[in-house]
Amino acid sequence: MAKSKNQLERRSTGTIPKTLTGISGLDEITLGGLPSGRPTLVCGEAGSGKTLFSIEFIVKGAMDYGEPGVFMAFEEKAEELKANVASLGFDLEQLEKDKKIRLDYVHIDRSEIEETGEYDLEGLFIRLGYAIDSIGAKRVALDTIENLFAGLNNTAVLRAEIRRLFQFLKSKGVTAVITGERGGNGLTRQGLEEYVSDCVILLDHRIINQISTRRLRVVKYRGSVHGTNEYPFLIDDEGISVLPVTSLELNHEVSTKSLPSGIAALDKMLGNSGFYKGSSILVSGTAGTGKTSIAATFANAACLRGEKCLFFAFEESPKQIIRNMRSIGLDLQKHLKEGTLEFYASRPTLYGLEMHLVAIHKAIRKSKPSVVILDPITNLITIGSVSDVKTMLVRLIDFLQAEQITVMFTALTLNNIVNEQTDEGVSSLVDAWLLIRDIESNGERNRGMYIMKSRGMKHSNQIREFVITDKGLDLVDVYLTEDGVLTGSAREARMLMAQTGEVIHAQAVSRKDRELERKRKILESKIESLRSEYESAEEELNKVYVEEALKKQIMGETINKIADLRRGDESGKEKNVNKKNK
Amino acid sequence: MGKAYELRLYVAGKTNKSVVALENLKKLCEEHLKGEYSIEVIDLLEKPQLAEGDQIFAIPTLVKKVPEPVRKIIGDLSNEEKVLVGLDIRTKINN
Repeated sequence: MAKSKNQLERRSTGTIPKTLTGISGLDEITLGGLPSGRPTLVCGEAGSGKTLFSIEFIVKGAMDYGEPGVFMAFEEKAEELKANVASLGFDLEQLEKDKKIRLDYVHIDRSEIEETGEYDLEGLFIRLGYAIDSIGAKRVALDTIENLFAGLNNTAVLRAEIRRLFQFLKSKGVTAVITGERGGNGLTRQGLEEYVSDCVILLDHRIINQISTRRLRVVKYRGSVHGTNEYPFLIDDEGISVLPVTSLELNHEVSTKSLPSGIAALDKMLGNSGFYKGSSILVSGTAGTGKTSIAATFANAACLRGEKCLFFAFEESPKQIIRNMRSIGLDLQKHLKEGTLEFYASRPTLYGLEMHLVAIHKAIRKSKPSVVILDPITNLITIGSVSDVKTMLVRLIDFLQAEQITVMFTALTLNNIVNEQTDEGVSSLVDAWLLIRDIESNGERNRGMYIMKSRGMKHSNQIREFVITDKGLDLVDVYLTEDGVLTGSAREARMLMAQTGEVIHAQAVSRKDRELERKRKILESKIESLRSEYESAEEELNKVYVEEALKKQIMGETINKIADLRRGDESGKEKNVNKKNK
Repeated sequence: MGKAYELRLYVAGKTNKSVVALENLKKLCEEHLKGEYSIEVIDLLEKPQLAEGDQIFAIPTLVKKVPEPVRKIIGDLSNEEKVLVGLDIRTKINN
């Protein structure tokens, strides 16, 4: 009967109107909130967050959506409730003064009450009706109505009255949340679910391996599509956050922009540009290979570019990381102060995997980073099975890619089958995978790094030696020799040897040069002496000629003189003197 | 009023149950508390704001304010024995 009526309603209204709860994530799962003007049952075990759920529904309604609400408590006194939710930043006192909410505590004490004869719960209806009318409430929460059963004996009356109560709430047109304790065979101890046919939400608090995980499931939602999975949720200082992470499609935007890794040599290996923006990078290696250093360098590079980076530390405390990174020349403290770097450190065992995911999700939503580091993901395995961790990471990567956030995971590899699986499990998801390996030789451990994969990049296939210096990280070409790959001091020694060879060679060359120079000088001097020899010979020859000429002249003169003497002529004498002067 | 027994009966309109309860109460008081009681009938349909103060949720409810301790008896008061025990006029003997 009820079913056919409901179907009728659905057909007539199309999609049913919904009321936003304001509880983060829930409105996404329910595609718009709870059914407006109808009661919703929220059930769960003790401590599963029912009361918080209902009070958050009321408070968020009053604060964010302008819908006043009535909170009728059957368990906690108004003062207790106020104190309890004050830690969430909800000032019920003020809201009550502003007539935005109204708290009504229904006190039922069995010892004070005697039942005799017929009665009904008209008093409760009047009270509720009065409360609703006094502030014009649009929302009502009843927490938890089952307490009536503890206080009163006549269950037949109670059941009839509760049925009537739901009708009453519907007739008032308020969107109601009714909480119910889990127990018995049904969802609630008293079978309240049979009265509420519109929407039922189950809260669960499960403990696996001593770690609790809260989950939420929409059991039914008449007339609406809704997420059917169990969704993890978190209760923290901001109330409830539900995580609807399983995105249904693989159609997120991709970017061709790339982010430098902070290690110039690594960027070169990655086709000269670094990692793609919005991609996921896995850095894996055995203990002490410098995974955290790579991650910190990447974070540092992001911060230096002025981008925001969120560092999730599951192993070391932020202070420890800052101190340790200072030793390789990274000043993370500075970025922390400037607000570009944010740490989020938590022990993996603090809560379950799902809760971690919720917490990570929330932190990312809050600080909107462009780079996220998770160091290391391996530690999460202590609190979940390999497949659990994988599904969690799938969801995380999904979310990050949708948000165009670059993420770097570090993972510890051990010579252990389980962890190899993890690596593989994660490695198929990530876009780039850097592997750091120990190379042991000559009584030394050195680090070798190579790129296992990098989607969409012409990456290098080379193994590089990965060195950590006090000025940062660097990659060095591995020295290949006839003896194999050389690393560490063997490489240094070989390089030194090669250098020595070069020096000796250079020495030899310069000696030869000098020899040549000397020879040239000798030859030159020889040429010089030959030339001077030639000059002296020439001079000698000239001398002969001059003498000859002089002789000839003098002879001529003598002949002339003799001739003059013979003739007695003066002028001829003078001419001969002039010639001599020339 | 200053009577030894101050009783309040909460009703919601003149329903059958309310009328029966008031009749039962009057009869009982006349029998056992003659001259020592006062009855105040509160109709919540007229004064809904009073429901919260006395923690009323069922109708009809009889509240004994004086003497202490405060007791509540819900129902049409058809079981005289229970009402007397509830009002501390007669202590529980059996049951």
